[in-house]
This record gives sequence, structure tokens and C-alpha cells, in this order.
Amino acid sequence: MSIKLTVISEIEQIAEQHQKTLAPLTDDSILMNTGLDSLCFAVLVARLEDRLGVDPFSESDDISFPVTLGDFVRVYENAAR
Amino acid sequence: MLHADTLQLRHHLEGPQSEGRFFRGASGSAAFADLRCGTSLGGRLNELAGRSVLLATHDQLAAALALIELDGVARRIVLCPPDVAAGHLPEIAANAEVDAILSDREPADLAMLGIPLHVRTAAAIAPAAPSTGGRRTKWLLLTSGTTGAPKLVSHDVVSLSAPIKPGPQAPVWGTFYDIRRYGGLQIFFRAVVGGGSLILSCAGETVADHLQRIARNGVTHLSGTPSHWRRALMSPAIREIAPDYVRLSGEIADQAILENLRAVFPRAGVGHAYASTEAGVAFEVNDGRAGFPASFVGVGQGDVDVKIEDGSLRLRSARTASCYVGRDAPALLDPDGFVDTGDMVELRGDRYHFVGRKGGIINVGGQKVHPEEVEAAINRHPAVWASLVRARKSPITGAIVSADVVLKDTSIQGDGMVAQTEREIIELCRQNIAPHKVPAMIRFVPSLNVSDTGKLLRHGRP
Repeated sequence: MSIKLTVISEIEQIAEQHQKTLAPLTDDSILMNTGLDSLCFAVLVARLEDRLGVDPFSESDDISFPVTLGDFVRVYENAAR
Repeated sequence: MLHADTLQLRHHLEGPQSEGRFFRGASGSAAFADLRCGTSLGGRLNELAGRSVLLATHDQLAAALALIELDGVARRIVLCPPDVAAGHLPEIAANAEVDAILSDREPADLAMLGIPLHVRTAAAIAPAAPSTGGRRTKWLLLTSGTTGAPKLVSHDVVSLSAPIKPGPQAPVWGTFYDIRRYGGLQIFFRAVVGGGSLILSCAGETVADHLQRIARNGVTHLSGTPSHWRRALMSPAIREIAPDYVRLSGEIADQAILENLRAVFPRAGVGHAYASTEAGVAFEVNDGRAGFPASFVGVGQGDVDVKIEDGSLRLRSARTASCYVGRDAPALLDPDGFVDTGDMVELRGDRYHFVGRKGGIINVGGQKVHPEEVEAAINRHPAVWASLVRARKSPITGAIVSADVVLKDTSIQGDGMVAQTEREIIELCRQNIAPHKVPAMIRFVPSLNVSDTGKLLRHGRP
């Protein structure tokens, strides 16, 4: 599964578990408008660390938090390289 | 004021009531009737008079016999459990001003303490004239602290016996605890002062062997921590015992463990006691429900004054220890004589529930989570055996809640089954606790680690 698909499948699962209604997800989706709250993002980052073996937000001090879903996926793609 | 003579432990072994009563270890036993005019110290008890004695035996029966003899004779008894790290012994000995060692170990094992008087003890009794005693011996118990040398907590026979009310029957007590810890020592006192007998635990014995041994010896009352009980309930040998009373203490008793015990022992009373080494036994809850009635809180309405301040349970009674002992020992009581237990409680309806330890809190984005509260929610799932909740670092919220879960049926396998169980646990948590407390991650593990004192090992705690 590509990193992008992994991210999206985790987002969908977390939204379901946290009973959040997801907006349709595209590369341009603004993360804060997707329907997930910061707790959901905390869970997302932890689960992605378990699945992908990397937590780009903890490993670097100067990383800026991504705005769109596309940015978010790129952070993981860059970290996985 | 009672005459000092009446306080001595040995006096509880006298009279016709002592007939048939006993201490029984894994490899030997002693009748109270023999102990009345006997010694396990090879006639050397008088050498220990007025001394601060480090009681450091491997064998619990030897320790039990020595405790009876030393009370009223020694100035102090330092009860040293076998799991205390050797590196801590010099500090313990210095703080307690130890000037004699009573042990079944080789003197060379404890030579590093530089204490010349070493009396050998054994788990056997030889005839001897009864001692006169008359001293108010201090019993120094070690706290089971997580870091650094244990603190020394000063009790005496009065504070240790204060919670005990004589009952109509002669109970045969068993305990999963070591009697050199407060929880076990309380059972030792219940047996001696409460007119009963005691079957001792034995380090290294399997749970099945222990249960079979106490079954053979006719156990009627059995005590341990919830972790001890979960381990015992996993052994088929649990079916061999039929106690009248089972008792939990030392950790939060959640509803799940109470229900489990009631199901396995439908005819037994199931009680959970709140006690700590410093505060002593505060109360017992016998209605089969977790937590305790709000009516227990109050000052001047019973033997124990109970108040809640800043969310933590505070206790004042004749059962509390008098002080910590040693150089730089902190104050144990506040200016009003209360012990702050550090156990956090929360009022729900007409009942207080334990939610965790002060300082054991997980901070999820500024919201507090007590691990024990989440564990209680997880443990309500019928497939869950036990759980341990901990903080996992998060770059988003500082921390998130992560749970290690042991299932009752470890044969549940296959991603589908496990994922289904995980969903059910999360759903159950959602229904019962706030969203930030719901575990973000669940890991299924084969077992959880339990400390020598019978409590879940929580790593990463201060």
C-alpha cells in the first residue's frame, strides 16, 4: 500500500472510531477542516509510526505542521526516503 | 492506657484458645502451643533485648516465629523482605540504627553491613522459658517505593492490631503477600490477634502449588492484591479452594475482578480493603461494589477520620504509622495528624471511586487521565483478563493513552477476531469514559509484569 493510501485508510478508521464525519479527502483538503480534531491527529501520528516506522514530527524540531492532506502525505514520503 | 504487658504479641498465643492454631510454611509448620514456651533463636533472645534488629530471613516461617519472640524484647524490628536490593541494605541499616541481625542466611551474606551481632534463626522451635519483655517495640516496615532506597515506616503492635475486630470463628488465613510487607503483616496480625492460624506464601512456589497447599491446609480466609487474584484465577487449581472470605487490597479493586471472584466463589464474602503502609487499614468495603460509599468520609464519626483534599484521600487514626525513621526522614503526618495517601478519588453519585495515583497522571493535550480509570473501563469487556494503561509520547498532544491488554482466551487469533475485540473495547470505553481517555492504541500481549509486592509494574512512573 502506498503511503498516501495508508494515511487515508488510517484517517478513515480513526474518524469512524472517534465518530467524526469526514469531509471528502483530496490532496487539497485542509487538514483542520477534514473533521478530525487534534486528538485524532495525535492518534493518526502514533498509528502511522507503528505502520510506517517513522514519526517525522518527533524526529525533527523544525518541521512545520502541514496544512493540506497533500502536504501531510509528503512529510511522510520525505521521511521514509 | 493499657499496661505494656498486655500489648505483647506473645500473649495472644496463651490460654486454651491457642490450641490447634498454627503457622504453616511451604516446608514446615509451628504450633502456637509450642511457641508459647519455645524459641527459634537457639536461646539467644536475651542478646537482642533493647536492640534494633534487622530481621532478614529467606524463610517466612522463620520470620513469623522471630516476630513473636522479638516483640516486647527488641527496641526495633526492621522487617526486611527478601526482594530488597542488597545495595539498599546499608542505608536501611544506618537509618534504623541497626545493631543486630537476625537471619537464616550465612553471616558472610550480610557482612558488608559491619554489624558484629548476628543471630541465626531457623524455622523450628526448641523449648525455652517464656521471655518477660515489657518493651514497646517499634516495627519498622519498608515502603515499596519505585526509586531509591525504601523509606522506613514506624508502627507498633497497637497500630498494627487496631483494625482487627475479633470474630466468632477461628479463621485459617492464607495470603499471597509476604508477611514482611504491610498487606501480609496485616494478615499475620489477623491470624495471631484474631484467634486464627496462618498459611504463609513462599517465594518461587508456583501459583498452582500454592493453591493446592492452602487447600490441603483448610484455608478459610484468603487475601491478596487484585493482580495476585487475577493470576490465581487463571490457575485451574483455584477450584480446589473454597474460602468463606476473600479479600483484596493494595491496588484498586475494579468491578470486573470483584465479579470474577463472586462468580468463582459464590458462597464467599468478597471484600476489598483500603490500606497503605503509612496509613494502615482505613476501611473495608463488603458490598461487592468497586469504590466506597461517600458516607465513609467524615471526621469524628468512627475509628478512622477520612477526608478528601485536592482530590486525594487523607486518613487519620490509631492505625496509621507514627513517623518515617532515619536521617532526613520527611514528615509522615500533616500538622493535623492526617496521612496524605496520594490516592486520587472522584465522587460519582453516592460513591467515591479510586481513579489513580497523584503523579501517575497522563496529560493528553492538557486534559488529565488516570491510567487506572481507563484500565477499569477496559477490564469490563468480558474477553479481557487484565490491562495496563500508559502514556505514549505524542508530538501533537504531548501524550496519548496506550493500553496493553491480556485476553482471557489467549487462543483468540487471526486479524479479524483481534480487530473485532479491539473495536469492542474501544466502543466500551467510549460509552464509559471521556474521549481523551479512550485508548488510542491497544496492544494485545500475552502477560503483564507484576512486582514482588503483587502490584502491576508501571514503567515510566516517577
